[in-house]
Amino acid sequence: MIDGVGNPQSLLLLGGTSEIGLAVAARYAANRPLRVVLAGRPGERLDAAADSLRAKGCTVSVLPFDARAPETHEEVVGKAFADGDIDVTVVAFGVLGDQEKAWTDVSAAREMVEANYTGAVTVGVALADRLKRQGHGSLVAISSVAGERPRRSNFVYGSTKAGMDAFYTGLTEALRPHGVKVSVVRPGFVKSRMTEGLSPAPLAQTPDEVAEVIVTVVRTGAEQAWAPAPMRWVMFVLRHLPRALFRRLPV
Amino acid sequence: MDSGRGRAATLSRVKPAEHELRPLHGWGRTSPTMAHLITPSGPEDVITAIRSAGERGVLARGLGRSYGDPAQNAGGAVIDMTALDKIIHIDVDAATVTCEAGVSLDTLMRRLLPYGLWLPVLPGTRQVTVGGAIGSDIHGKAHHVEGSFGNHVLGMDLVAADGEVHTLTPDGPDSDLFWATVGGMGLTGVVLSATLSLNRVETAYFKVDFVQTQNLDELIAVQEEQDHKYTETVAWFDAVTTGAHLGRGTIMFGNHATLDDLPKKLRAQPLKFDAPQLLTVPDIFPPGMLNKVTAKLFNEVWYRKAPTRQGVIQNITGFLHPLDIAGEWNRGYGPRGFLQYQYVVPLDRADVVRSSVRMIAESGHVSALNVLKRFGPGNRAPLSFPTPGWTLAVDMPVRPGLSQLCDRLDELILDAGGRLYLAKESRTTPEAVQRMYPRIDEWRKVRASADPTGIFASDMSRRLQL
Repeated sequence: MIDGVGNPQSLLLLGGTSEIGLAVAARYAANRPLRVVLAGRPGERLDAAADSLRAKGCTVSVLPFDARAPETHEEVVGKAFADGDIDVTVVAFGVLGDQEKAWTDVSAAREMVEANYTGAVTVGVALADRLKRQGHGSLVAISSVAGERPRRSNFVYGSTKAGMDAFYTGLTEALRPHGVKVSVVRPGFVKSRMTEGLSPAPLAQTPDEVAEVIVTVVRTGAEQAWAPAPMRWVMFVLRHLPRALFRRLPV
Repeated sequence: MDSGRGRAATLSRVKPAEHELRPLHGWGRTSPTMAHLITPSGPEDVITAIRSAGERGVLARGLGRSYGDPAQNAGGAVIDMTALDKIIHIDVDAATVTCEAGVSLDTLMRRLLPYGLWLPVLPGTRQVTVGGAIGSDIHGKAHHVEGSFGNHVLGMDLVAADGEVHTLTPDGPDSDLFWATVGGMGLTGVVLSATLSLNRVETAYFKVDFVQTQNLDELIAVQEEQDHKYTETVAWFDAVTTGAHLGRGTIMFGNHATLDDLPKKLRAQPLKFDAPQLLTVPDIFPPGMLNKVTAKLFNEVWYRKAPTRQGVIQNITGFLHPLDIAGEWNRGYGPRGFLQYQYVVPLDRADVVRSSVRMIAESGHVSALNVLKRFGPGNRAPLSFPTPGWTLAVDMPVRPGLSQLCDRLDELILDAGGRLYLAKESRTTPEAVQRMYPRIDEWRKVRASADPTGIFASDMSRRLQL
């Protein structure tokens, strides 16, 4: 249960190696003993993530999870809830990949859509069922500002994030009468493994800074948030720029 | 009301999953969760609800005055016991009353006063049910004389996990279950009705002596010296002012007024239930209403309004339940909610009272309703809160950093062998509760034999692994 001052006791990370997700776990673990379920692709990275959280005092269990195997998602989510209630769930998986390949190569495009969109939706449906029965909990979906206005440079990624963003925005309303809070967090450029080799955009931030935003939305119950917060207004302006102007911008 | 009950009667024949989904929270409004709320039209509906409990269990709820999450059951069934509010029998000669568990103490007092009968244990509000009073083993200003609520329960009917009604008495064959239910936070079953022993009074008024003190040491010393002369004692203290006047406050010492004590105009109706509620606080307050400035002002006014005086005649609201003058006053704290931190430490650890008040006053977290009292002996219930010692309660709005402050206070209290009051608790850890209540495993054993599959569950029982 989340206590009276906002400390959760359990956390499920879908995308168990996500740097943002792990930073969220570390923040919670700094206050209270935390039980963490890491769902991710089995391997060294996932094991290392589990070990790093154990070193911080967390009780960690690891679940094999493949975002591109939607037929397994109900089962994975079922296992994640098998040891007790999940107070906070973070949907933190996603791939960025080669953007030029993504719009010119069918299988690259499909891979991205299956992981970022289809997987996010099927996992979301399975989570919704569990959370509804539980009658409480917070679900945070990490979207992206890339979904807010498609750009030439990463529009396949942007389209997947636009889709998952719409799904979780709708899920916020669907789960509200069931006592479950769903929040959509839209980070700008995050300096992480995912963006290695890319030159940081303005307002670039660390995974821990995004984690701070996530912890805040869980505490306040905000349904939408941008990371960093001023990105909200940057995107508001960008969304309304005429296309002729927008395409000239170096974004 | 009648048509509502009819609807509830038909509803209760279906599975709990099809009951009305309702968000429920405690008095502190901090952690709302969703539950299937059942409004029973009679004891048989309670039994049906227990027999058909699903995987998330079932729990009784009264008037929702506990601060945290003990009367919530996320995803499960919650029985609204306030629907069972019949007073079954008042025995004036024996000075006892038998009533259903959903009767409020307010109602009981109104019905009992005309007979000159009085509930020996009254908490800071009358808006609690008899079932809730048993489940939390509540205490009041008279604890040093009367003990807690469970001390005055002569018997009760409890529906246990088997769906059967068990009649429990403090010394009968099921006394283990009786004392596990007293203070058991509703986790041993659902109390249907109880028989309570009562005191006799001549009037509904109190004769009160106020003693204003300059600091905490004086507040403690005067209470130690004088509380044996009064049936009701409580001190309010200033939790904002630091320095030499840290913990300055006012002690209210009261005894029931006799007929002779009353002024002429009150003598005509000495047993009149004189307890006005003047207003209901609307739900319009933004967060941060209680801040450093308003808290300072409130603490100053509260301190100055009660200079040392002798023999003041006060009515029920004025003396016992000053907060009941405003309905729904918890709304004043705004939408983020607040918590109450109440602990007791052994009598010889008054130093902890001092260090905790200093910690709170210097933390920047503000509190307006601050109470200090010396408890008398505790009772046999393993989870009953009161133990001989100093109990302190503060109300604090939820703000960043409050969690850490309370964790530091926990350490202080645990090290002194103290404990927190579960009816006010909303944020401690299972490990801390295990240390605070050394007899908790004894309680768990009784509970496990009465409810082997754990169908009685609450958000608190999940959070604190009770």
